[in-house]
Amino acid sequence: MAVPEGLKDGWTISTAIICALAVTPVAAVVYLALTPEPGDDIWSHLVSTVLPDYIITTVGLMIGVGIGTVLIGVSAAWLVTMCRFPGRRIFEWAMLLPMAMPAYVIAYVYTDILEYAGPVQGMLREMFGWQTGRDYWFPEIRSLGGAISMMTLVLYPYVYLLSRAAFLEQSIGVLEASRVLGRGPWHGFFTVALPLARPGIVIGLSLVLMETLNDFGTVDFFAVNTFSLGIFDVWMNMSNVSGAAQLATVLLLFVALLVLSERYARRKQRFHNTSSKYQALPGLRLRGKLGLLAMTICALPVLLGFVLPTWILIEYAVQYFDPLLASEIAGYAWNSIKLSLLAGGLAVVVAIVIAYSVRIRGGQVLTSLSRLASLGYAVPGAVLAVGVMNVLGPLDNSIDAYSRETFGISTGLIFSGTIAAVTFGYLVRFLALSLGTVEAGLGKITPNMDGAARSLGHGALSTMRRVHMPLMRTSVLTAVMLVFVDCMKELPMTTILRPFNFQTLATFVHQYASDEQLGEAALAALSIVGVGILPVILLSYAIARSRPGHGQVMARPRQKNKMSKGSR
Amino acid sequence: MDGLHIHGVHHAYGDTKVLQGISLTVPAGELVCLLGPSGCGKTTLLRLAAGLERLQAGSIAIDEKVVAGDGVKVLPEHRRVGYMFQDYALFPHLDVTDNIMFGLFRWSGEEAKARTAEVLRQVGLEQHAHKFPHTLSGGQQQRVALARAIAPKPRLVLLDEPFSGLDTNMRVRIREQTLNVLKEAGVATLMVTHDPEEAMYMADRIKGMGEGGNVLQSGRPTEIYYQPVDEYVARLFGPVNEIVTEARGREVKTPFGVVPARDYADGDRVKVLIRPESFSLSNAANGSNSRRVEVSASHLLGDSSLVEFRLADQLDDSENQLFKVQIPGNFDPLDHTRVWIGLAPEDAFVFAGD
Amino acid sequence: MKNSMRKHGLTALLTASLAVTTTALTWGNSAHAAEDVNLYSTRQPFLMKPLTDAFTKETGIKVNMVYLKKGMLERLKTEGMNSPADLILTTDIGNLHNHLKAGLLQSVSSDTLNKRIPVQYRHPDGLWYGLTMRARVIYAHKDRVKPGEITRYEDLAAPHMKGRVCIRSGKHVYNVSLLASMVVALGEDGARTWAKSLRENLARKPQGNDRAQVKAVYEGQCDVAVGNTYYMGKMATNEKSPEQKDWAKSVRIIFPNQADRGTHVNISGAAVTKSARNKANALKLIEYLSSASAQKIYAETNFEYPVLDGVALHPIVASWGTFKADKAYLAKIAEQRSLASRLVDQVAFNK
Repeated sequence: MAVPEGLKDGWTISTAIICALAVTPVAAVVYLALTPEPGDDIWSHLVSTVLPDYIITTVGLMIGVGIGTVLIGVSAAWLVTMCRFPGRRIFEWAMLLPMAMPAYVIAYVYTDILEYAGPVQGMLREMFGWQTGRDYWFPEIRSLGGAISMMTLVLYPYVYLLSRAAFLEQSIGVLEASRVLGRGPWHGFFTVALPLARPGIVIGLSLVLMETLNDFGTVDFFAVNTFSLGIFDVWMNMSNVSGAAQLATVLLLFVALLVLSERYARRKQRFHNTSSKYQALPGLRLRGKLGLLAMTICALPVLLGFVLPTWILIEYAVQYFDPLLASEIAGYAWNSIKLSLLAGGLAVVVAIVIAYSVRIRGGQVLTSLSRLASLGYAVPGAVLAVGVMNVLGPLDNSIDAYSRETFGISTGLIFSGTIAAVTFGYLVRFLALSLGTVEAGLGKITPNMDGAARSLGHGALSTMRRVHMPLMRTSVLTAVMLVFVDCMKELPMTTILRPFNFQTLATFVHQYASDEQLGEAALAALSIVGVGILPVILLSYAIARSRPGHGQVMARPRQKNKMSKGSR
Repeated sequence: MDGLHIHGVHHAYGDTKVLQGISLTVPAGELVCLLGPSGCGKTTLLRLAAGLERLQAGSIAIDEKVVAGDGVKVLPEHRRVGYMFQDYALFPHLDVTDNIMFGLFRWSGEEAKARTAEVLRQVGLEQHAHKFPHTLSGGQQQRVALARAIAPKPRLVLLDEPFSGLDTNMRVRIREQTLNVLKEAGVATLMVTHDPEEAMYMADRIKGMGEGGNVLQSGRPTEIYYQPVDEYVARLFGPVNEIVTEARGREVKTPFGVVPARDYADGDRVKVLIRPESFSLSNAANGSNSRRVEVSASHLLGDSSLVEFRLADQLDDSENQLFKVQIPGNFDPLDHTRVWIGLAPEDAFVFAGD
Repeated sequence: MKNSMRKHGLTALLTASLAVTTTALTWGNSAHAAEDVNLYSTRQPFLMKPLTDAFTKETGIKVNMVYLKKGMLERLKTEGMNSPADLILTTDIGNLHNHLKAGLLQSVSSDTLNKRIPVQYRHPDGLWYGLTMRARVIYAHKDRVKPGEITRYEDLAAPHMKGRVCIRSGKHVYNVSLLASMVVALGEDGARTWAKSLRENLARKPQGNDRAQVKAVYEGQCDVAVGNTYYMGKMATNEKSPEQKDWAKSVRIIFPNQADRGTHVNISGAAVTKSARNKANALKLIEYLSSASAQKIYAETNFEYPVLDGVALHPIVASWGTFKADKAYLAKIAEQRSLASRLVDQVAFNK
């Protein structure tokens, strides 16, 4: 059989193997879906009963969270990047803080405040003399609207992060062009800046939507019947793991369709900055009422998504403080940090290998493989964990069988139920995050810069060290931190894949919070947030520095021919 | 002989052949210019010379030493080649000095500093030594790129469309400065451009390249300009006036007189090409080839004038064709005035007609 | 031209990944000592810790545990005969039953267990053993619900309860299990009708956990709620959130169907896995968990009903009085769970 072009050398083959490894758990899920136990009529049942509701609810949730996160994320990014108003410097990084807050935690907290017995309604009843819930109307937090609000509050930072990066990248020239053409600054925002930032916004939005689709903790707690809840119902209550895998596969196809259609819609747009000059951003000064408005727009999501829930968690943590528990939690925090760092580092290393390979070798095969390697993000964590087990279990058992046969030694399970399994799970799930970030960073180094370094006498390694590493630093850091923060919050895969006697902060929080014992969970939840904040702030700092004219990185004269091969 | 020797180089990207058996030599101290349309493989040739592209067939030698081909493959970092990219490819994270010092890492600290100061002076950027690339103007960035390329005293300098990113005024200034710097360095230089004026200004020799990625003609600027071997090379130097007619008795009759038919036989279809700048123009008749025409439009271009005219009286099948004339100085007649036009027979190029 | 970069870069990266993987492998994998017993549990560690600590103290056998709410069955299945798990602990008979059907359990027997655990709470071949019972009861508001107004599960669906009932998600294991018991008692159609009528009687969309239902009764959102007994115990003794005591005080417990088949009970139980290497230790642990001292811990800290006769109940649990449990064979109920889950969908219970 002929080897496909572009699969011929070691570099390509290694990358192909890495990608294939990353795809195996997803493939295992699809395989489960395709091999149902006989007599399963799960689809006819679902279609005739709850499936329409699942779909409507899920789409509603996606639309709600999508609109919410884009509104907050994009407007905050624009204000913080292009305008000057009181507190802007703080909001620059503070906007990212809710990222450290797991959705399920914020859901517990808000239910605690806003439900009937909570302080808010209690105060209202006291103020107005209402006796029971039948005397007044109050929005129900455990509802679709509630779920949309919670997820919007903690997920908007993804949109903020990526649209801010996009705005920072924009040459101010195009905005000035819009002004010169007689349009006001706001019109310029909608007709020039926004369309130019669209690829960035869309990537942020797609991250948000995938997180939304795969969320289980929040929708389960709020009893909002989404598709992912359906997956778990089929799995746990109907004991039909194959049916669950089928639903997950449908979800996967749906995500793939969304991504592809967006790409298709964007197929003719290629954005390059046509102006080679970067200037300091204009800093449109907002005074008086406008300044106040800008401040409010930025402050509200941070207050609601971070400050208030953190404050409540602190109150609980103090009330329930137990030194014994605290030292236990410190141990779990250390587990979380180690594991998240390991996964973050590994995810970035793998992303770098793949991204470089695609850059150097190019070709359809590698590009498609790298896309496939990102699929794990579109599968609910628990289902993906089953996929991981279905890969590692048989692998371990065949190694064991081989070793018994050959050496007469049983190796037992080498990977299953170890940190390696959890790390592999994280890697498969979050590779999309690191790969996207690293690819974007690598795209900013033109091949000619490599050529310049080489012709100036530097070897490949030296070029990597002296040109690529300094230029990639921001994106690599961003990738590590994104994966780190997500791993800190990750729950279902950790639970299912972990070794004996192993707790992370997230699993610890969950065991109490699932029993609605928020008090006992508060300190650990707070620790997740606390550990997550630091990288989030670092991240924001790194991004702020990365703008040409602000920091020292990333400026270059841009020509129409981005790749040298285009001008051969 | 020192310099660059390229022999029988073929190159293809997939099924697209971009270079087909190209051979050329750039002697030390000479500046050779590849002139050709975009997409003719000029940049690929530079990349091959620098070792940035894998050589597929042929051989490349620098200073008598084969660097690619015959089983030899010298890595780009060992070729001692200075390369100036079209987009300059300055390192955005390094300031001007560090960009230039980038290639001087094998030099001692003192020498490197001295050399950096020297090239900075040559390109006139002493006062910008510690600025970052994005704060510089396009012309300044170009000069940094040049300084960086020549700083390590390469055996060969490659320039890829070095002035394409600059505006006209700056282009003229930078061009002059670049030429001085290169001449001072006395290094073999291979430059790629699609701008004939640039090529003629800079080059000791010009190689006219065809779409097929091969050299059609090579020679000193005057040779290639005044004696193009074919229509294609003639057109590399800008738009030409074209008259399609027939050869008769070793001659070709044109509205501007008779020109030699070279070796075209009686009845051969021929194309007579006349550069706009080959015509002479005056208000009164002078010389035998002079003929009266009517001005349709005229434009002052600064140091020259462009005059468009139609033949006043129709003689043959050239119909009411519009001709363009470019002459030095300010010649700005009113429209529809009649002027006298002349052409030296040796300035008309006769090639085979379609 | 990029040959050397390719090689060096790749080697460096691969070496780094290999180092990292090796570190990962050697870290946190310590569950294979001889005097260990390895446990997969669906019960939260904070509930199991007092029991396993006491076991270790008594026997010197270390208990390693993974808390797995989901995916336990899949994990055992993929790990196969090399699985390190010696026994599993679940809070629901259906879960045990699924493991049994998947062929993941092995039968063990001991006179001690047979003596201690009543026959209806263990598998006839010793494939699983029940350890504690929890009853699914009705919480009724002390004033708003008159005595005798509700005595059976069937009454929850009666017209006079319209708009007065609170319950957690119909898809929660406890409710699916209850509905499965209704299928056994009333047949598929009967159970469907019951679920449908119950849904129409709900004061609000199903939500929250059992504790939240009591809270809702306290708050006046509804008059009766369905929940497990031990939640009441936890609320009535909650010192850290004393307000929960008030919630508990506002309701009384009604054991349904005392005049006929009895109250639906579920068990938490244990089973030895087919792959168990520390089979003896696993058996020891089950025996310990069924012993008087362990059963006492269950009863006192978790307000569950011990399977072992003669173990004192927690005073609060005792104060609710004794009750008659549904004698229908638990495994039979477990088999109806998938159907019950579909019934929940069919009547759009959660919508």
